[in-house]
Amino acid sequence: MLGKLGLSAIPLSQPIPLITSIAVILIAAAVLILVTVRRWWPYLWREWITSVDHKRIGIMYCLLGVVMLIRGFADAIMMRTQQAVAIDAPGYLPPEHYNQIFTAHGTIMILFGAMPLVLGFMNFLVPLQLGVRDVAFPTFNSVGFWLTASGALLVNVSLFIGEFARTGWLPYPPLSETSYTPGVGVDYYLWAVQISGIGTLITGINIVTTILKMRCRGMSYLRMPVFCWTALASCLLIVAAFPILTATLAMLTLDRYVGWHYFTNTAGGNPMMFVNLIWAWGHPEVYILVLPAFGIFSEVFSTFSGKPLFGYRSMVAATMFICIVSMLVWLHHFFTMGAGAAVNTFFGISSSIIAVGTGVKIYNWIFTMYGGRVRFEVPMLWSMGFIFTFIIGGLTGVLLAIPPADFLTHNSMFLVAHFHNVIIGGVVFGVFAGMEFWFPKAFGFRLHAGWGKAAFWLAFLGFWVTFTPLYVLGLDGMTRRLQHIDVPEWAPWLYVSAAGVGILVLGVIAQVIQLVVSIREREKLRDITGDPWDGRSLEWATPSPPPFFNFAVMPNVEGEEAYWGIKLRAVESQQLSPEPDYEPIEMPVNSPVGIYTAFFATVFGFAMIWYIWWLAIVALVAAFIGFVVFAWRDVHEFEVSADEVARVDRGRRSAREAMLARMSEQGVLP
Amino acid sequence: MSGLENPKSASARIWRSTAFGLLSFGLSSCSLAVLNPVGPVGAGDAAILINATVIMLAIVVPTILLAFWMAWRYRASNPRAEYLPYWSYSGRIEAVVWSIPILTIMFIGGLIWIGSHRLDPFRPLSSSKPPVEVQVVSLDWKWLFIYPKNGIATVNQVVIPTGTPVHFSITSASVFNAFFVPRLGSMIYAMPGMISQLHLQSDESARLRGISAQFSGDGFSDMQFEVKSVPDAEFETWMKSAQATDLPLDRDVYGKLLQQSERVQPATYRLADPELFNAIVQQTIPPGPGPEAESRQHAGRETSTGGKD
Repeated sequence: MLGKLGLSAIPLSQPIPLITSIAVILIAAAVLILVTVRRWWPYLWREWITSVDHKRIGIMYCLLGVVMLIRGFADAIMMRTQQAVAIDAPGYLPPEHYNQIFTAHGTIMILFGAMPLVLGFMNFLVPLQLGVRDVAFPTFNSVGFWLTASGALLVNVSLFIGEFARTGWLPYPPLSETSYTPGVGVDYYLWAVQISGIGTLITGINIVTTILKMRCRGMSYLRMPVFCWTALASCLLIVAAFPILTATLAMLTLDRYVGWHYFTNTAGGNPMMFVNLIWAWGHPEVYILVLPAFGIFSEVFSTFSGKPLFGYRSMVAATMFICIVSMLVWLHHFFTMGAGAAVNTFFGISSSIIAVGTGVKIYNWIFTMYGGRVRFEVPMLWSMGFIFTFIIGGLTGVLLAIPPADFLTHNSMFLVAHFHNVIIGGVVFGVFAGMEFWFPKAFGFRLHAGWGKAAFWLAFLGFWVTFTPLYVLGLDGMTRRLQHIDVPEWAPWLYVSAAGVGILVLGVIAQVIQLVVSIREREKLRDITGDPWDGRSLEWATPSPPPFFNFAVMPNVEGEEAYWGIKLRAVESQQLSPEPDYEPIEMPVNSPVGIYTAFFATVFGFAMIWYIWWLAIVALVAAFIGFVVFAWRDVHEFEVSADEVARVDRGRRSAREAMLARMSEQGVLP
Repeated sequence: MSGLENPKSASARIWRSTAFGLLSFGLSSCSLAVLNPVGPVGAGDAAILINATVIMLAIVVPTILLAFWMAWRYRASNPRAEYLPYWSYSGRIEAVVWSIPILTIMFIGGLIWIGSHRLDPFRPLSSSKPPVEVQVVSLDWKWLFIYPKNGIATVNQVVIPTGTPVHFSITSASVFNAFFVPRLGSMIYAMPGMISQLHLQSDESARLRGISAQFSGDGFSDMQFEVKSVPDAEFETWMKSAQATDLPLDRDVYGKLLQQSERVQPATYRLADPELFNAIVQQTIPPGPGPEAESRQHAGRETSTGGKD
């Protein structure tokens, strides 16, 4: 009846997971009770859970990403402290627990932390920047988000029912086959990643379609903000690479569930094929993450320098160059398999060629500041921190792309330091820069700058104190994923690294305080104009937060930097463009199909993990029925009356007129 | 191994090395294992690592300085910096910013081409002496070394003559591992059903640390071996005494080694089955069975007594 599931699946004998589970359950229960007591459910259901508004979905993506980032960071704290105390000692985490932690850390940080954040930014920004009212498939978008949330939920359920994988974040066979890892850990990994992977693919298709088919009038490809170009490149990679992931994990699933032999040790299986296939997804994946971050930095550098981006076309070319070449470099993750000199040469050179595209981008950001008026607001601090950190990460990345150097540093702490150098320095710094930058757009008030600066400096310092020692340890021959260490000479470096994590903890606290203080002082930090940073692209033409239909009248773009052009004209003529004739707008209706499908996908995944076959069939059928009912819906849009549109837009116009008057008084514009 | 010493002296050593480690922060790079090789392969790898770093630093350091100078020079509060609000293109600067990374990468590309061919792990080392043949099998969680020409085998330690090339043929009888002796250079995967070739040489008589550099399960952290590089005469003596041992390595003994075990003490065997390595590679002896069957009944939660508890 319940498959493999039994009471022994609950970790009653292991205090660390047990206490964590109880704490998580208590917090979740407290939140649910609070929502119920305050009667927030109808509001949440109507405005968020069933919302098909791309901005709401984007915000929910970011929220999910932030929560998972904290979960993954908790894992990181345990790993660094375990290695600091387990020098000639067992430490406090036995291997079967420690191995789950580093596996969960990698899986969560990449797939459930960074991915939702990046997808969230694309969701929120792309339609606003392109001057349209929603993404191409709004309800599909909601399904994509909720499937990602479903995967994240399954990963976290493994904390208190059963266990998570103990194989590393990419479950290399034959270790991940049933003969070497019989438990449910790898099955949790497989179903969580499969379900969220489908969600990601959905969002990828959605954004690609939106960018290719739904730009406003005059928004030609070469007038799109660079963020949209990076979103396009990133989502093209999603569409190209995620099916590889799905197929590869499906093959491993067949090995594990029905005893096939794709990757097994014996009977003709080829484990190395898994390694090839998973990296054919895995390498593009890091560019899926970092390209949108590059887009965010491009917007930040240009806005806070008060200038257009230097070498826009170069930037676009470099983005698409990286997009294509990133599909041709996967083998650099295993030069040490002994493929031979010719193969290693090809992939070594193709990997370092990516640095050309990245190098051009860095010079273009630097020259964007040339002749500018650089304002060191918080997003700009993150961006300068990024330049420094990412250049060093790029340097060590090229070193790892040189096969003979990789023969010394592969799988070492040097590698660990490298990829944190580029992923934290690139993606995480980018996401934090973006949060500071677009927070007022999303919520109508700015974040507190003082706490933001404190958070930046703590994160920047903490990062370097944590990861510099790992470079040294890697060069001293320390490999990664060690549960205990028997080289006492490494102790000082491991202590310094653990201290660095302590600084990072302070950084996280500063960020939480920043959020709390900002909410408290929201009236003081209110953004009335909708354009708090003197922005240049169309999202700043809307009020903060934008109405659900984004634009009362579809914009007409007449050049690069669409909103900058509109703003200049308004200042020159000392007035806004004449009030348009407002027309009624059709907007998509909310739909519960996303959360419905995701609920049954979660049940299906859980049933498959525990071999509860009847429940798996029931859940699959129920999820399918959801689609069928949705497909037969009669009403899929509702009309916003012209009066309502006019009312909202007149509010925006009066705020703009006040801003215009202030600007011409101060003579802010050139 | 250090894990066997009493904990008191270990913690004393930790404190001492903490003090020294922090003092010698700047000097310590000279003593880092992979930058301090004892053989030609490691020296070649390390030279490339260092050369490439220096080449790139020549570009990277000025770039970082330029970035910070630019941000500071054009700060909004600097009235002396001119404001060029429309300046966003310069063909000459574009040409330079594309050329700098392209030229650097062409240079690095040459390094990759030459280095990959010259330091291909499969490539024999040039030497007047014939190489010592060693077959390596990674097991859960220990290393088996077979000297096919000498008719002996060892576990978790490998003795090699100083100044003579060693030809390692590497496979796995369980999951993936990577065979790595940091101070000898070049690591390579140990993969089931396949043989990786690795040619190494030690030019100094020394005891070196060997590890697995690819995560392989619960016993991974202790999956280490010792490399003893000894002078020729000592090697001959050791070989004679090893050949005289009465512990035979036949299929039964090997069958026991296939079972999962951790922190196995170094041992020496007489090779009773000269075809053992081929049988392992061709899997006529099935690979290691993984965790014991009874532990599969824990409702999906694997338990082991692994580690040091």
